[in-house]
Amino acid sequence: MTSEFAVEMRDVVKRFITPEGNEMAAVDHVTMQIKNGEFFSMLGSSGCGKTTSLRMIAGFEWPTEGEVYIEGNAMGHTPPFQRKVNTVFQSYALFQHMTVYQNLAFGLEMEGAKEDEIKKRVGRALEMVQLTGMDRRKPKQLSGGQQQRVALARALVKTPDVLLLDEPLGALDLKLRKEMQLELKALQQQLGITFIYVTHDQEEALTMSDRIAVMSKGKVQQMGTPVEIYERPSNKFVADFIGESNFLEGKIKSLSKAEASVFIPGLNAEVVGMPISEGLVKGEDVVVSIRPEKIRITEKDAKNNSLFHAKVTNTVYIGADTHIYVDVGGAKLKVLEQNRISRLDPRSFYVVGQDVWLMLMPENTLVLKKD
Amino acid sequence: MLKRIRESKAAQGTLLALPTTFWLFFLLIIPLFLTLVISFGKRSPDGDVIYTFSVENYVRLFGYSTDCPDGQASCFDPLYVQILWRSLTLAFNTTVLVIGMAYPLAYFIARAHPKRRNMFLFMVLIPLWTNFVIRVYAWMMLLRKEGAINIIIGAVAHFLHIPFTPFEMLYTPGAVLVGMVYEFLPFMILPIYTSLEKIDNSLYEAAADLGANAVKTFLRVTLPLSMPGVVAGTILVFIPVMGTFIVSDILGGRQVILVGNLIQRQFLDARDPTFGSAASLILMVMTLIVTYFYTRKFGFGEEIIVA
Amino acid sequence: MNPFRRSPFVIVSAVLVYIFLYAPILGLVLYSFNASRANVTFEGFIPAFSDRVVMDGSLVKSSPCGPFHWYCDLAKNDDVAEAAGNTLTIAFIATIVATVIGTMSAIALQRYDFKLKPFSQLALYIPIVIPEIVMGIGVLTLFSQLFGWVNEVFNLSGDARLSLGMATVTISHIAFMVPFVTLVVQARLQGFDKSYEEAAMDLGANEWITFRRVTFPMILPGVMSGALLAFTLSLDDFVITFFTNGPGSTTLPIYVYGLLRRIITPQVNALSTVWILVVFTAVLTLQILQNRESKQHS
Repeated sequence: MTSEFAVEMRDVVKRFITPEGNEMAAVDHVTMQIKNGEFFSMLGSSGCGKTTSLRMIAGFEWPTEGEVYIEGNAMGHTPPFQRKVNTVFQSYALFQHMTVYQNLAFGLEMEGAKEDEIKKRVGRALEMVQLTGMDRRKPKQLSGGQQQRVALARALVKTPDVLLLDEPLGALDLKLRKEMQLELKALQQQLGITFIYVTHDQEEALTMSDRIAVMSKGKVQQMGTPVEIYERPSNKFVADFIGESNFLEGKIKSLSKAEASVFIPGLNAEVVGMPISEGLVKGEDVVVSIRPEKIRITEKDAKNNSLFHAKVTNTVYIGADTHIYVDVGGAKLKVLEQNRISRLDPRSFYVVGQDVWLMLMPENTLVLKKD
Repeated sequence: MLKRIRESKAAQGTLLALPTTFWLFFLLIIPLFLTLVISFGKRSPDGDVIYTFSVENYVRLFGYSTDCPDGQASCFDPLYVQILWRSLTLAFNTTVLVIGMAYPLAYFIARAHPKRRNMFLFMVLIPLWTNFVIRVYAWMMLLRKEGAINIIIGAVAHFLHIPFTPFEMLYTPGAVLVGMVYEFLPFMILPIYTSLEKIDNSLYEAAADLGANAVKTFLRVTLPLSMPGVVAGTILVFIPVMGTFIVSDILGGRQVILVGNLIQRQFLDARDPTFGSAASLILMVMTLIVTYFYTRKFGFGEEIIVA
Repeated sequence: MNPFRRSPFVIVSAVLVYIFLYAPILGLVLYSFNASRANVTFEGFIPAFSDRVVMDGSLVKSSPCGPFHWYCDLAKNDDVAEAAGNTLTIAFIATIVATVIGTMSAIALQRYDFKLKPFSQLALYIPIVIPEIVMGIGVLTLFSQLFGWVNEVFNLSGDARLSLGMATVTISHIAFMVPFVTLVVQARLQGFDKSYEEAAMDLGANEWITFRRVTFPMILPGVMSGALLAFTLSLDDFVITFFTNGPGSTTLPIYVYGLLRRIITPQVNALSTVWILVVFTAVLTLQILQNRESKQHS
């Protein structure tokens, strides 16, 4: 029975017993649907449940409650070697006592493939990861990047429907990591198979994924495309975890479906924004989230009285951007301005103590539940 | 059935551990239990066991005797208590001596050039690889009246014009002590070496940086960090010495009797397995008590895994 | 920065201890060439070769093997040959069994939790903390009582009678070797990364194939260490063998002990020297092989 989803997790719970003897839920009622052919990432910091979820899909752990489906089939207690998914391990787990060729051939031998077919497929896999000619080497003789690609090839040579990747780029240096990110994305699009990718690096997730599941404490906080996650975080956690946000606390003064007006004591003014969280009511204590790059520093304009007056407290130059820290009548905000013009001239910088005027746009001002 | 085993990790573990556990159960646990049971038995006329319950053997071990002078009904015969005490003190003395000799050598090897360390260790291991019995025999040859030691001392005395009669070193408690020390010295060298070797060089540098001289560094840094090795070595020396009978047999003759000899003789010559079992159990309990208190104070050295 | 490295105290102590360790052995080897059969004092090397052994009192004046007379004597000694054979047989069989079940239990203890676990751990721990003689007489008691009972109940006689011999020695050896094998293999397993096995299963290998082609090759060095340790323990064992052997199952250590209580000729020294040389060569060879293997891997 095929389904529209490559992998599905339905209300999955995984409980462990801690060394102290307590029970804890590493995965707490997670439901996810991963579409065929998509690049899906699970993003979160360590302990959020992303790796455990991946291992349950692979078959190294079994759910305490709920069910994992692969191509519409419930997996139950099916062992890993009977599932049509393959894993790229964080530590690569290359068989040290075998050559690169033997590592790649291993999975095919398990399928019962014949000698010449193995040779062909291994050759093709090596080509795919640009490691042709390395087949006689042993893992110890390869660099970190090369080992990573062998691990990838070993999983891909079996042409699985779904490829699981557990933080595969963590051990590589920055430049290599960025190269591999692009390569992996290109590979996935070329092969058209489903990639499920686990990472704690949000930039990585945003770069490569078609959709992301942001996880924390065993629960899925939000699932969506990179743009959705970034521009419309559904709760304070996601708004804080992804990118940077300014948070201001206030009370809802007026509320409609498209707009909410929040009084911020810190600014001693009302701010108009978009209600994101569900079930907001008038008078509720909420948190307003504005990303630094969405605040515009502009000229004083007497006609526009929705501008906020602020004083600059610090500036930090980061090359492509400048971070400007401002004080708006007690509330502290961070503003990010792209350095579109050269800042060589010191007069182009903002000066500490300088008066500036800030413009906030309602569609970038998110009103979220305070939790 | 296979599926059930696959699903239960506990079942897999049990299956794997079963052969060993069974083997040890039948050849270790049951024998110990049997020893206990028999120790409360009585000796049958033909040297076999009468299964009954009597504390006769234990009472006898601790000095109660009916074979008394002056026609007394019962008196205190310290023979066996002396044997037990002698074994304890010998084990203790051996351990102390062994530590004193092993530590400098272990230190020397640990601080030697890495390339040469293996060679030095190898040199320690070779005597160990030769057989126990042979090593004891070697000392027997050295310690005799006509043995090399006496010859050398005799030559020196002759050179210094001092009158000299050869020492009677064999068949004395001293000979047994030397023999024990020789047998078990490598077992202390290796663990101490292992724990010394683990000490990172940068610790010495840090100590020096903070103003400690050589002696202070040794007392406050090296010694404490090498304690696991000393503990492991002590366990590897003390316990066997308590039970060895061959050293006292060959080097001590009939003069030096330790618990091991007592037990051996009960089972072979005297043919009183009940008494021998009681002695064996007392030996085991004594050893366990000492080991328990020792490890409680000093911890259990993991350096036992030296091989 | 090694305080004390150059300290004269340490160096002198080290030298003295090495002398202490080797002097007896050297004496042993020297006396294996002793011309005096009584072997009480060293009467010099046997000076001449001749067709037959020529004695003068208790001195060997000449011999077909010259100074190596006692070694030739040794070679003609059937008892030694038999004891050596027994020793090796027992060691081989016991090592194989102990290594197999010891490795199994090491894996069980290192990676699984099961109800039997504390009991297994205790059982494995006991032989290390009790003196060997306690175990020796325990086993002896077990065998003697058991055999006595079986022989009586089944009315066995003659060759059918159960008695101490090669079997009892081997079984007992296995019992005291297993804890050491388990310990060594467990130590090796501690660093073992489970993701290798997961990778194998992920690629389609079931538990048995995973063990055979991935786990076992990787733990093999540890298993071999354990086996080697076991083998040496068996070869060298005196106490347990002493209490469990019978006629026809004499091992070399028992044989030497027997000799020491009777007549001591330089033949004993010759035997000792040969033994030392064999062991030395074996260990050296192993070291060289080990070094070569680790060089290949870098």
